[in-house]
Amino acid sequence: MSELEIELAPHAGEPLKPAKDRRRRTSRTSVFWLGLPLGVITFLVFVLPLTGLLPDGGQDLTATRLPPAFLDGGTWAHPLGTNKLGQDGLTQLVESGRLTIMIGLVGALVAIGPGTLLGLLAGYCRGWVDKTISILIDAQLALPFILIALAIIANRGSSLPVLFLVLALTGWASCARVTRSATLSIRERQFVLGLRAAGASEARIVFRHVLPNLAGTVVALATLQVGTAILVESALSFLGLGVVPPHSSWGSMLAAGQDELSHSWWIAFFPGLAITVLVLLVNLIGDALLTHNDPRKRRR
Amino acid sequence: MKATTLRRIGARVATLLASLLIALTMAFALGRLSGDPTATILGPMALPEQREALRHQLGLDQPLLVQYFDYLKGVFTGDLGDSLQFYQSNTTMILDRLPFTLQLVAAGMSLAILIGIPLGVLAATREGTWWDRGASTLALLGQSVPVFWLGMMLVVLFAVKLGWLPAGQSGSLKHLILPAVTMALYPMAHIARLTRASMSDALREPFIDSARARGISTTRVVWRHGFKNAMMPILTIIVLQTGVLMSGAVAIEYVYSWPGLGQLALQSIQFRDFPLVQAIVVFAAVIFVLLNLVVDLLHSVVDPRVR
Repeated sequence: MSELEIELAPHAGEPLKPAKDRRRRTSRTSVFWLGLPLGVITFLVFVLPLTGLLPDGGQDLTATRLPPAFLDGGTWAHPLGTNKLGQDGLTQLVESGRLTIMIGLVGALVAIGPGTLLGLLAGYCRGWVDKTISILIDAQLALPFILIALAIIANRGSSLPVLFLVLALTGWASCARVTRSATLSIRERQFVLGLRAAGASEARIVFRHVLPNLAGTVVALATLQVGTAILVESALSFLGLGVVPPHSSWGSMLAAGQDELSHSWWIAFFPGLAITVLVLLVNLIGDALLTHNDPRKRRR
Repeated sequence: MKATTLRRIGARVATLLASLLIALTMAFALGRLSGDPTATILGPMALPEQREALRHQLGLDQPLLVQYFDYLKGVFTGDLGDSLQFYQSNTTMILDRLPFTLQLVAAGMSLAILIGIPLGVLAATREGTWWDRGASTLALLGQSVPVFWLGMMLVVLFAVKLGWLPAGQSGSLKHLILPAVTMALYPMAHIARLTRASMSDALREPFIDSARARGISTTRVVWRHGFKNAMMPILTIIVLQTGVLMSGAVAIEYVYSWPGLGQLALQSIQFRDFPLVQAIVVFAAVIFVLLNLVVDLLHSVVDPRVR
């Protein structure tokens, strides 16, 4: 077998390569079909409480720990059952969803914002700026940040600002790393040289020309970060270190359900299912966007 | 080993030591920001003289810089201070809990590797088919479930409803099954996804075509030629995920009342026992950095392209 032969026909007989156009179109439609249920969930969570269709969310000590309607002993007055205080499961699920989704969105923004900015700076300025930021990225990725997050919360107490600080600290580095390497390659492209020759200011080049070229990737990373933020929040709230009463998120509902597990499993079942569905949809969209924006993957 | 390799490893070691120093400093700062520990130890009724005496005993009346260097010296000699709540050496307590966590991590990680790698290879060799879609979705699902919730539901099903397995605590092999399965899920999904990506890259290489053309069996091409070349990132993620599991399994240990490091961390946080919190963070940071070093060395040893 000579090398010449291989070079002549490097991909001969390679099976099943979808054409470029088809792949692009599928990824766009799949984002739509995945976004639809996500939009419906968000809409329901924010609008349902306003319609008055939900059961009364107040305490009712005559109807505690009722099973969901589809089990023996359940009633359609409380479709997803009640908790130990007789509060309706469905109403609680919908109302806690608001805080959960909000934490997911804000938690992603506070991580992606600084991450993108630092990645841009490192990739565009290079030199000592890049060295410093790269060491910080390496340090963050080489450290047990969940434990450090726990220590911060132990120190400062649980509140929303502390939660966002923790989400920002745990999420910025992977985004900064991706943005940095993308910026490194974009700054060498012809149009950047042209802009500089034409006398455009550095700030203008970075924010008006380099950043828009990264936008697709950043949006994909932000989408994935929403899922991560929701999962981190749910774990922290479950341990009593994230969202704590009187506020309620799906994670803190899981914490309340933990004590009732042996006799009333449904109290913990539905919030966990809601988190799973939401995060799965978000991750599927993020994956599709990432594939869509990665020219290397798109070519296949 | 060539000089360039040594220089590369040297640079990595320097970066890792810098990371370690950042972590140690953060842990120190967190310990100091938490207010006066004498109030926690002696309670609100203590006399000012008593508190002053204790501050002197703990070395808190020294300048901050002196305290910092004492602390660093302690870290490098294995002395992580004493717990406020248990009146014991933190190092002893951490080492007491370590075997339980190691047992769980070893069981969980083995499961994750045994399922994750074949799943990823299956998806990569049948790219674009329903096998691929099924395996990929399963892996993504594994990364979307709050694992501790899955643990709770496994307890309901196998311990409460069916009564096959114990719901918590440690002891026999039976006690290990549910926590290990729960622990395995996330790294399994991660390994499967990475294996698929890495394998599908490797299988596109020209040498795969040439191996096929030489009439080598598909199994042999996939595992000997493909997998061997796709292995490096997978190995990396396995080592790094082990580090994450060692410190990040707090919620899983909590669900199963598993007496490991995670539970100890949670206890120390709930009792505001900051020396112990600090000690656990330091311990985990050292483990993390060591594992990162292992990854770098593996790169140079296993992959001739890096050498």
